[in-house]
Amino acid sequence: MRHYEVNFIVDPVLSGDEVKATAETIQKEIKGAGGTIVHVGEMGLRQLAYQINKRSTGIYYCIEFACESSEWLVKFELNMKRNENLLRFLTVRLDKYGVKYNDDKRSGRIGSRAKKKEAPAASAPATEAEIGTVPAPEVVDLDA
Amino acid sequence: MAASREDVKFLSNPKLGLRGKKYCRFRKFGIKYIDYKDEDFLLQFINEQGKLLPRRITGNSLKYQRRVATAVKRARHLAILPFVADLMK
Repeated sequence: MRHYEVNFIVDPVLSGDEVKATAETIQKEIKGAGGTIVHVGEMGLRQLAYQINKRSTGIYYCIEFACESSEWLVKFELNMKRNENLLRFLTVRLDKYGVKYNDDKRSGRIGSRAKKKEAPAASAPATEAEIGTVPAPEVVDLDA
Repeated sequence: MAASREDVKFLSNPKLGLRGKKYCRFRKFGIKYIDYKDEDFLLQFINEQGKLLPRRITGNSLKYQRRVATAVKRARHLAILPFVADLMK
């Protein structure tokens, strides 16, 4: 059994149902080819580091699966390429350490560091919002 | 009037040359897998322009430097990290 991980970015312009449908068709394709799905990870809407097809955000998915033969993957990737709902995709074979890492991450054995990092990231947009709201009252004061 | 030995002691930085030896963090802490989706972790290995830092600076062993490089390249493909940037940090 070989473990793989397929990441894809879905176009954020699509409606919620369409996004889910695209993710499900991909899962069905994996199952249809004899793969077993280990985990479906939804990373949600994220800012892209650079624009892809004039989109600056994307909905990230990461599906981990295991299968016996890998021949169908060529076809699978071709289908992904033809799928117009996807901005990007990446299929990666996981080694045993990768499988263990993903297991540990899901059961929460690693991730304390990730949690620490999440806190400043969450506070950053809040401060930006504050900066955006602050100037308005100041202008009113000056007029008065 | 020569300064006494006590004064001379602090004329140069006493910490000069005391920096510890560089080490490979993957070998030292037993990290076997580098997650290409972990943006914050990969930020430690790239500079402000988003370029990979050399082993000379990070101290990684060759094996793990290669893995860091692939992880960063995968992250770039998935738009988790930029290919080019100004003032990333």
